[in-house]
Amino acid sequence: MIVVELRKLFRRPRTWATIAVLNALPILVAVLLVLTDLAPRPGQGPPFLSAVLSNGALYPLAALAIVLPLFLPIAVAVVAGDSIAGEAQAGTLRYLLARPTGRTRLLVAKLVAVLVFVFVTVLIVAVIGYIVGTTLFHAQPLSGGTSVSGTALSSQDITNRTLMAIGYVAVSMLGVAAFALFFSTLTDSPLGATMGALAVLVSSSLLFTLNAASPIAPYLPTRYWLSFVDFFRDPILWRDIDRGLALQGVYVAVLLTAAWANFATKDVTS
Amino acid sequence: MTGVIVTRGLVKRFGRLRAVDGIDLDVRSGDIYGFLGANGSGKTTTVRMLLGLVLPTSGEIDVLGGRMPRAGRRVLPRVGSLIEGPAAYGHLSGRENLALLDASGPGGSWRTRRRRIDEVLEQVGLAGVGRRPVKAYSLGMRQRLGLAGALLRRPELLVLDEPTNGLDPQGIAEVRTLLLDLHRSGTTVFLSSHLLAEVEQLCTRVGVLDRGRLVLQEEMATLTAPTGATVVHTPQPDRVRATLDGRVTSIDGERVIVRGQDPAEVNALLVGAGVPVSGLALERPTLEEVVLAATGASSDRVEAPR
Repeated sequence: MIVVELRKLFRRPRTWATIAVLNALPILVAVLLVLTDLAPRPGQGPPFLSAVLSNGALYPLAALAIVLPLFLPIAVAVVAGDSIAGEAQAGTLRYLLARPTGRTRLLVAKLVAVLVFVFVTVLIVAVIGYIVGTTLFHAQPLSGGTSVSGTALSSQDITNRTLMAIGYVAVSMLGVAAFALFFSTLTDSPLGATMGALAVLVSSSLLFTLNAASPIAPYLPTRYWLSFVDFFRDPILWRDIDRGLALQGVYVAVLLTAAWANFATKDVTS
Repeated sequence: MTGVIVTRGLVKRFGRLRAVDGIDLDVRSGDIYGFLGANGSGKTTTVRMLLGLVLPTSGEIDVLGGRMPRAGRRVLPRVGSLIEGPAAYGHLSGRENLALLDASGPGGSWRTRRRRIDEVLEQVGLAGVGRRPVKAYSLGMRQRLGLAGALLRRPELLVLDEPTNGLDPQGIAEVRTLLLDLHRSGTTVFLSSHLLAEVEQLCTRVGVLDRGRLVLQEEMATLTAPTGATVVHTPQPDRVRATLDGRVTSIDGERVIVRGQDPAEVNALLVGAGVPVSGLALERPTLEEVVLAATGASSDRVEAPR
C-alpha cells in the first residue's frame, strides 16, 4: 500500500512542479547574491546567508533557511492536505476503501508518503543548494568551517551537523503534515485542508511575534522551527532542539490520533 | 439458495433524516437483482453500507456470508463494485489506474495482474486505448474503465450503481450483454438503478425502495405474471363489447381488455362473430406499473408543509 501511495505521489506532475518551485527561490537568491555581491550582514536576513559568500559549501543550509519559513510548509501542507480529501474529491476514495484498503492502513500509507515527500524535498533542496553554492561561490571544499559561535569545525563535523539539521527540519515539517492530514480527514476539499493547516501556521507565526502571547509562545507549533541553526553552535545548543522535537512529537501524536479516530469511523459519502 | 446479500432491519440516519429506514434485503446466489428507487430514496446509501463505506446506525448486513463492515477485508476482494459513477486518477492511463487499484488491497496477485488487466480491458471494449491519460477519456470510456475495475478480480458478486450512466445506446446494449455473460458464468449481480427499462430487461429479482423503505421485493416473473386477462387490438372495439358482453373490463382506443386467460379462445369467439382482430396478447403488468403502484410521489419533490 505504501508503494502504491509513493507511486501515486511521485508519478504526479504536481509533485515535481512543487519541488521545482521550491528550488527556484534559493537559486534566484544565489544568482542575485553573486551578481550584486551584497550579502546580508551577519545576524540579519536568513541564517547562513552572510557566510555563503566566503564559503559556497554552506549554501545548502542557507537554501533550507530560505525555504523553511514559508515555501516548504506550503508544499507540505498542499501534499498532506490533498492526501485524503484529494481522493475524496476525485471520487477514488470510495473505490480504494471498497477495494478494500483498510482505513488505518490507508492513513498510515498516506502519512508515510508525505514523510518521504518531506525528506526527498529537503534533500533535493540541500543537494541543489550545494551544487549552486559550489558553482557560483568560492567553493572551499569542506576542509573545516567555522561554527556560528566562531570556533572551527572539521568537515566531518559539518557534514554530521548538516544531516542532523536536515532531519530536524523534516521533523518540523511532520508537524505541518499532521495538521494538514487531520484537516484532510475532516473535509472533502483538499484546498480547505491545505488552507486550514496554513492558517494554523500563519496564526502561530503571528502570535509568536506578539508579546501578549508570550505565555503560550512555547507551545506554538512554529516556535522552534529555526532552532536547526543551533546545530551549528559550538557546542551544539540542545535546549531548543530538544524542546522543538518534543513539541512536534506531541502535536504529531495528538493530531494523528484525532485523524485516525475521525477517519476510521467516518461515513464516506464522497 | 444461499443469501449473497442479506440485511436485517438496516437503518441509516443522517441527523434527523432516516435515509434508510429498516430494510431487509435478500439477494440470492445467481440473482440479477434490480434495486430500484427514485433519486434520493436511499439506494446509494444502502449500496455504500453494503460495501462498508457508510456505517449503519443499526441493523445487520451479511455479504457473501461475512458480517459487514467487520468482515470487509475477507469479503470485499470477492466483490466488484461501481459506486455512483467511475473515478480514476486523470493523469495516469487506464491501465495504470487499474494496476494501482489492484495493488491497493488483498486478493489481487501481481503475478497475474497484467493478464487480468488485459482481459478486463478487452471485455469492456477498451483494449486499444493505449497509454492515453484518463483525463482524455470520454464519459462512456470512463464508465467502461470503472466497470473494468469492478471485474478485475473475477468477483462472485458485482454491486453496480447505475452502470450504464453516460453510455450511448450501443454501449448500454454491450454492458447488458456483458452482464448476462457474467451472470451465466455464475456471477451474482446487484444492480441499482432508476432506469426501469434497464432493470426489466436484465433482472430476475427486484427490490423497490421508497423513501428509505423496501416496499417491494419479489421475483420478476411473479411481478409481471399474466393478470388473467387478454388484450385485444381491434379497429372496432364496440363490436368486441357486443360479442363478448360482460367480459370486457375496459376499452382504451383500439385496445380492449377482456377477461380470460386464453387468447386463442377469445380470438375464436371474435373471429367467429366476424370482428377484425389486429393483435392479441396476454395482459401482463409492466414493471413501471408495478413500481408506480408500490411507491408514492417522487422523493425529490419537496412539498410545502400544509
